[in-house]
Amino acid sequence: MKYLMLINTDAVDENGGAAECTVEDWMAYDKEVKEAGIWVSGESLADLVTATTVRVDENGTPTVTDGPFAESRELLGGFYVIDVPDLDVALDWAARCPGARGSGAVVVRPVADFGA
Amino acid sequence: MPEPAAPLTSIEAVFREERGRLLASLAGTFGDLDLAEDVTADAIEAALVRWPADGVPAKPGAWLLTTARRKAVDRLRRDRTYAARLAVMRVDARRAGLDGPAPAETPETELPDERLQLFFTCAHPALLDEDRIALTLRCLGGLTTAEVARAFLVPPATMAKRIVRAKRKIKENRIPFRVPRGDEWARRLPGVLQVVYSIFTEGYAASSGQHLQRADLAEEAIRLTRILHRLLPGEREVAGLLALLLLIHARREARCGESGEPVLLEEQDRGRWDRAMIEEGRALIRRALAGGPPGVYGVQAAIAALHDEAADVATTDWPQIVALYDVLLTITSSPVVAMNRAVAVAMRDGPEAGLVLLDELASEPRLRDYHPFAMARADLLHRLGRLPEAAQAYRRALELAGTEPERAHLRRRLEAVDREDN
Repeated sequence: MKYLMLINTDAVDENGGAAECTVEDWMAYDKEVKEAGIWVSGESLADLVTATTVRVDENGTPTVTDGPFAESRELLGGFYVIDVPDLDVALDWAARCPGARGSGAVVVRPVADFGA
Repeated sequence: MPEPAAPLTSIEAVFREERGRLLASLAGTFGDLDLAEDVTADAIEAALVRWPADGVPAKPGAWLLTTARRKAVDRLRRDRTYAARLAVMRVDARRAGLDGPAPAETPETELPDERLQLFFTCAHPALLDEDRIALTLRCLGGLTTAEVARAFLVPPATMAKRIVRAKRKIKENRIPFRVPRGDEWARRLPGVLQVVYSIFTEGYAASSGQHLQRADLAEEAIRLTRILHRLLPGEREVAGLLALLLLIHARREARCGESGEPVLLEEQDRGRWDRAMIEEGRALIRRALAGGPPGVYGVQAAIAALHDEAADVATTDWPQIVALYDVLLTITSSPVVAMNRAVAVAMRDGPEAGLVLLDELASEPRLRDYHPFAMARADLLHRLGRLPEAAQAYRRALELAGTEPERAHLRRRLEAVDREDN
């Protein structure tokens, strides 16, 4: 069963990166996830503060806008998709994630299975 | 004329014990609570048709489980999705002994008791508190959805939605039917006990409605705790919780007056307390408090026992009760515990001392709108003869109290203060 771990942070340092965990913490965690054979995909976002939104109206015309500008608390810093047997195992990996510490939080959501 | 068919509720009541065991076992095997519920109902229905004709089988529990399993496999074979195929494979693997030894059968019903894992699933931290309670009552208490709805004074449709939501979360997130191990066990057991305790407190002191207590919920909570205690005889906090519930429930007849009004501890007819229940509770406390650091339920049970053992309020061992509250505050920092300690201090050292402590707690967010806090303050102010302040505090409690009998009681207290004040 695949789970998406959304890594949220509410504190951003002056370079726009997530505060409170070191690069070494992340490298160690990433290595652990990959060595456990559960890693499906994962990325960290380059810029936690700015975003660009695209909407397409009923005529098929796209509109591009600046934003949304993330409020504190819900800054998406990155994600992992892991493949583990059940929610308890996924929650355990989420609890070990450096992004869950301090003011951060990891949101775990199951990925839909359309009967592969 | 043929007898009308018995309503489903009574059928479920007859098979209440079996139903919980069947559900737990089938949910564990198939990993699907909805399927487990459906085939449990099918198997019970089959028993009602077959047993009167063929006679009750030698091992009725085993018959029910085999029948339910066969029906589940039939359903899954018809279903061609990947998940269904996987579930069938899991059953086959189990049958072939690939999945470890089968759980031990218990002599009384020859059905395996795998209810512990269902307790943990129903109380999973990924579920909402109210959903955990509803699901536990539905799956392990064997209450129908309508009965759970009635117990919590919500429309059946609301409760049905709640239960569906919880089951969907279990299914889509694949919350496992498994007893946690290691560190997780210690982290998760308190959640299971909290669910049962919440069921009890809702029965003991209903938060709303026309009645002060709903004995059916309190008794259901005790029944569930007994199951947990039988499954986990070595867990001291389970023994502590069972002791606590028994020691409080022993006073049920005396704590409610003829017109349903609450009777305070100091005014209760202690002759109406259930002695056998108190004895059972006291025996359990020894197990709860021996051989390790005290737990929250064990200590609360010890406090309840001191009340139950005393002939009246005057001879109650208040110094010991204050000491136990001090112990409790080292384990939990609950402001409600601090409030109860303040009331015990008032009994030991006089109302003035208790009031000082209560006023220190006045800014606690959890106590600000908690009517027992306003009532405790009002009682102490009344005893100190500070009548206008007492009246004000009773009015505050009256605004906050949820049940009609409590409000009636507070109105009488307020009238008494007003009379003295004139």
